[in-house]
Parts: sequence; C-alpha cells; structure tokens
Amino acid sequence: MQGVEGFMYPNEVELQWSVLIVLYPFLTGLVAGAFILASLERVFNVEAVKPTYRLALLTALAFLLVAPLPLQLHLGHPERSFEMYLTPHSTSAMAMFGFVYLWYLMAVLVLEIWLDYRRDIVVLSQTTTGLTRLIYRALTLGSSNISEHALHIDDRVGWVITLIGIPSAFLLHGYVGFIFGSIKANPWWSTPLMPVVFIFSAMVSGIAAVMLLYMLLTWLRKQTIDMRCVDTIAQYLFYTFLIDFTLEMLDLIHRIYESDESFRSLDFMVHTKLYVSHILVQIILGTITPILLLASTQVLKISDMARKRIYATAGCLTMIGIFAMRWNVVIGGQLFSKSFLGYTTYKMGLVTREGLLTAIVLTLLPLVILWGLVKLLPPWPEKSPAVPGASAAH
Amino acid sequence: MNLTRRHMLLLLPAAGAAWKYVLAGTPEAAPNYKLSEHWWGMLIDLTKCIGCGSCVRACQTENDVPEGYFRTWVERYHVTDYDIENPQVDSPDGGKKGFPPAKDPSGKNFFVPKLCNHCADSPCTQVCPVGATFISPDGVVLVDKTYCLGCRYCVQACPYGCRFINPTTNTAEKCTLCYHRIRKGLTTACCENCPTGARQLADLKNPSDPIHEFLKTHSVQVLKPYMATHAKVFYNGLDGSVR
Repeated sequence: MQGVEGFMYPNEVELQWSVLIVLYPFLTGLVAGAFILASLERVFNVEAVKPTYRLALLTALAFLLVAPLPLQLHLGHPERSFEMYLTPHSTSAMAMFGFVYLWYLMAVLVLEIWLDYRRDIVVLSQTTTGLTRLIYRALTLGSSNISEHALHIDDRVGWVITLIGIPSAFLLHGYVGFIFGSIKANPWWSTPLMPVVFIFSAMVSGIAAVMLLYMLLTWLRKQTIDMRCVDTIAQYLFYTFLIDFTLEMLDLIHRIYESDESFRSLDFMVHTKLYVSHILVQIILGTITPILLLASTQVLKISDMARKRIYATAGCLTMIGIFAMRWNVVIGGQLFSKSFLGYTTYKMGLVTREGLLTAIVLTLLPLVILWGLVKLLPPWPEKSPAVPGASAAH
Repeated sequence: MNLTRRHMLLLLPAAGAAWKYVLAGTPEAAPNYKLSEHWWGMLIDLTKCIGCGSCVRACQTENDVPEGYFRTWVERYHVTDYDIENPQVDSPDGGKKGFPPAKDPSGKNFFVPKLCNHCADSPCTQVCPVGATFISPDGVVLVDKTYCLGCRYCVQACPYGCRFINPTTNTAEKCTLCYHRIRKGLTTACCENCPTGARQLADLKNPSDPIHEFLKTHSVQVLKPYMATHAKVFYNGLDGSVR
C-alpha cells in the first residue's frame, strides 16, 4: 500500500488527527505561557517585565479565542460539539475541554483583562466619540466608578484572579497533555510526564511569543525596547527552557534505557520518518540552539543591539521548536502501527478543511485578533488615557 | 414454458414450503430478549482458521462496511524458528480475498482473524467525550452514530486498531457483533459464514453455551492481555508472536 512500510492494522493506515490537532496544543500552549508571564509581574512582583504585562494578557486572549477553532473544524460533526457541555462523559479526559476552556476564558482571562483595563475603558468611554464611544460604553458593563477606592478593589480582585489563574493556566495546558499522556494504547504518548512537559513547553512558547511580540510592536511603534524588560524575559525563557529540555531528555533517556516492546519501533521511526522534524528541527534547531544562544547572553558581555538580535533569533527558533514538538507528538504518535510492525505516512491536504491553508489561516488569525485588541485596548503604559479634568494620568 | 392451472396447483404448495425456509432466514422479532441474561463474546479457534476471508466478506456485506475499512479482518503471520518477536505479517485488503501463497516455506504460517474485542473495560468507551460509544448491558461495545461527534479519540484509544471513521457518516464505526442479529437469536455474519467453524459467538452468561466447556479444556488467550481491557474475544492456539 502506498505510504505504508511493514504491517499496519488495516484501519490504522489513515491518520486520524491532522495538522489542526497539532495547532490546538500549540495555540493553548501560547495562551498558558503568556498568562504565566503576565502573572510574574502581578503576583510575583517582577517589576522588570511590567511593559509586557498587558500585552501578555491580550496575547493570551487572542490565542485563546482561536484555540477551539481547529478542534471544531476537525470534528466529523461540529454541530454536535455542544453535547460536550450538555452530556459530558465523566470518564473522558476530552469531555473536560469545554469546561476548562470556559473557566479559563471567562473566569480568568476576560475578567482579569476587564478589571485591569476598567479605568481606561471608563475614561475612553467619556473621551471618545461615535462608534468607538459606544464600544467602550458597552465594555464598561455599566460600571463607571473609577474612584481610588474602586480602583483599589479592582486591583485586589485582579490579584486574586491572577492567583487563581496560575493553576488554571497549568490546568488548561496540563490537561491538553493529559489527553495524550493517558492513552495507554499509544506508547509514544502514554507517559505521566506528558502533562508536565506540555506545561513547561507551553511556558517556553508563551514567554518567547510575548518577548517577540513586544520587540516587534515596540519596533513598529518606533519606541525604544526596554532592555531590562527583555533581558528579564530572556532569562526566564532560558531557565524554563532548561527545565523543559531536561524533562524531555529524561523521557527520552528513560525510553532508551527501559527499551520496552515499543522501543525498537519508535526508535526506528525517530531515525527515519521523524528524523527531520524531531532530531533536526525540534531538538537541534528548536531547542539546543536557542538554549545556547540564550546561555551566551547570560555568561558573556554582549552589546544591546547584539542581544536584541540574539533574543529575536532565539525566540523565533523557540517557536519553531515548540511547534515541531507538537507536530512530533501528534503526528509522530500516529505514524507507527500499534502492532509495532509498520509505519504509515501523513499526507497533508493543501486547500482542504484540515489542510495546510486552514492551518496557516488559523495561525495568523490570533495575530489579527491581537491587532484589533491592541487597537481597542492599548497595552502600552504611556498610552494610558488621562482622566478628563485631571491634571495627570494616574 | 406455458404455465397451466395444473402446474400452478403443483407449484403453490412447493412455494409455500419454500417460503417457510425463507422466513426461517429472516430474523425473528425478539420480544423476549433480556439484556441482563446475556454477556456476549467470541471464541476464535486459530487451529481451524484457513484464511479464506469469508468472514471479512460476510461482515462487509451484512454491515455495509465502506471500502478500505474493516470491522473484521484476517492477518497472516509468518514466524521463522524462535524469532517470535519479529513476525512477518500481511493482510492484503484485510484478507477479504484470501491470501496469495506464502513465499517463505521455512518457519510457520498461521492466520489470525481480528475484530473488536468487546472489552469489558474498554478504553474506547472511557475516552468518548459524550458517551456516544458505550457498553450495552449484554456486553457489546456499540456506537450511537446519531450522537458521535467524530472527534476520533476512541480510534486513538483502541489498542487493537478496530475502529475507523465512516467516511459517509463521519462517525466512529466498529464491529457491533452483529447486534441486530444476535438480539434475534441469530449468530453473527462472520460466524455463520466461517466454513470451518473457527469463529463461534459465545454467550458467557448462558451456562449451556459450549464456550464454558471449551474454556475449561483448552489454553485460551486474549490479545494484548497487558492492556487489561478484559477483552471478550478468546483465541485458542494463539501464538506468542501475535500482537
């Protein structure tokens, strides 16, 4: 059979989960990672990353809004997806999706963003005109009290929400890892390390994404990049990446040393069908290279300009590496037969419902949403609107 | 031939007698079927399987299985000497049209029919997000295609590769153990069409089912016992190389 080597159970030849399911953990990972970066400033008082606080929240929201779309497009019957809310199956890891998603979207992210921006929204609803005014008016949800006392309450509630948000972000992405890690039929997925690896890789990708977006947007706005801020972010990225890489290597070494019945089959797959995406792109290009680049900024004295370039390069490579990691988990887990006797091939469509074009659109869509959000709710501290009649902004 | 009144008088009783047999092949309504009185499984005696593919063809016809997908299929194993960890396996078109002659005369060749194991602790029903796939009270793993989302999680969770997505309905599909037949007192299409009796439907709750005597007197095994799914398809003569 075309694309099949060795023996596959006949129903295994066709891959079940496509590039869209690769995209899903990639997008939710960015959400969780961006939120955890934001929480650094809010809960752990890391002042240096303050310039990215609001941007990180908006980034998380933009990606979270798009995260369910690849799943929806993938379903055989998308019109039945609401059944997951109405009749969730208590033993299914996947049944939790809707609830975890809604909890994170509504109870954590939207609420935190609203509380954080409430003052700005109220001021803008009073200072703008026309349609914009109507939008901001609607966003105030009827609450226009921006007295010092009210803002203090906002701040306290926001702090509590962030505190709840951190374990929620862990839950959101750890849960995605559990969906894969709990499938005992598939030795490539079945490991208790999977949720933990997913959480750390999420933090890596989210931190890298916010760092890149901050640098890009600051450059586009012709402003100066706050080096103390990006240095701190890069430092966190470096340490998180080290933990992530250690966990992944622990998994790998464990598999090699244990060499259970699946090992020969998986090892062969990694050295053939997954060689480029796993060894070259994920490990060498997307993990070791950015770690070494980030390490160089930690130990060597490098000029600001060079550091910026290194961060930009390391950030881009990190994104490629984490996407490759998602690819290798999702696609790699379906390329070998559960008989361990053969391999199939993933043939990605181009202009199909689950094809490359859809994947590209879904990857770019969060950036478009983010652009809209940044326009509506400017995340830059210096753009914070002044209260009309007051002599200075707060 | 001209059909005369005399011919008609002769033919009608014959047709009446034949009709009785036609009706006998039609599943009876089963008003007395009690779900709690049955616990279905299957016995496959590999020493009797000749790899003819009749079961695969019967299943495809009976259940309108789409081309290229299989509710049941037959694998041919070739094991040389002691190397049981590296069998050579083939299943051209699911063994539907039988198998070409074996190329390697050394070692041993044997056939292994496969189907859903109707596991009592089935990983596929565990993962279904809406409970569209479930274990019936009489022990058959079924899919409600009017409820299935088509998320494919169950296909991933089945250790035996027994599930697929029907390209027409876009829902999960698998062997139903011919549930529409067994509820009416018939056997499955694959069992009925097996020329050697290698496949036997088994009611594990029926004390007079011959399976009990067979299990008592033979060494039987299930596929991938380490998966702890409590599979209910029992194999007699299962070689250690089969996975």
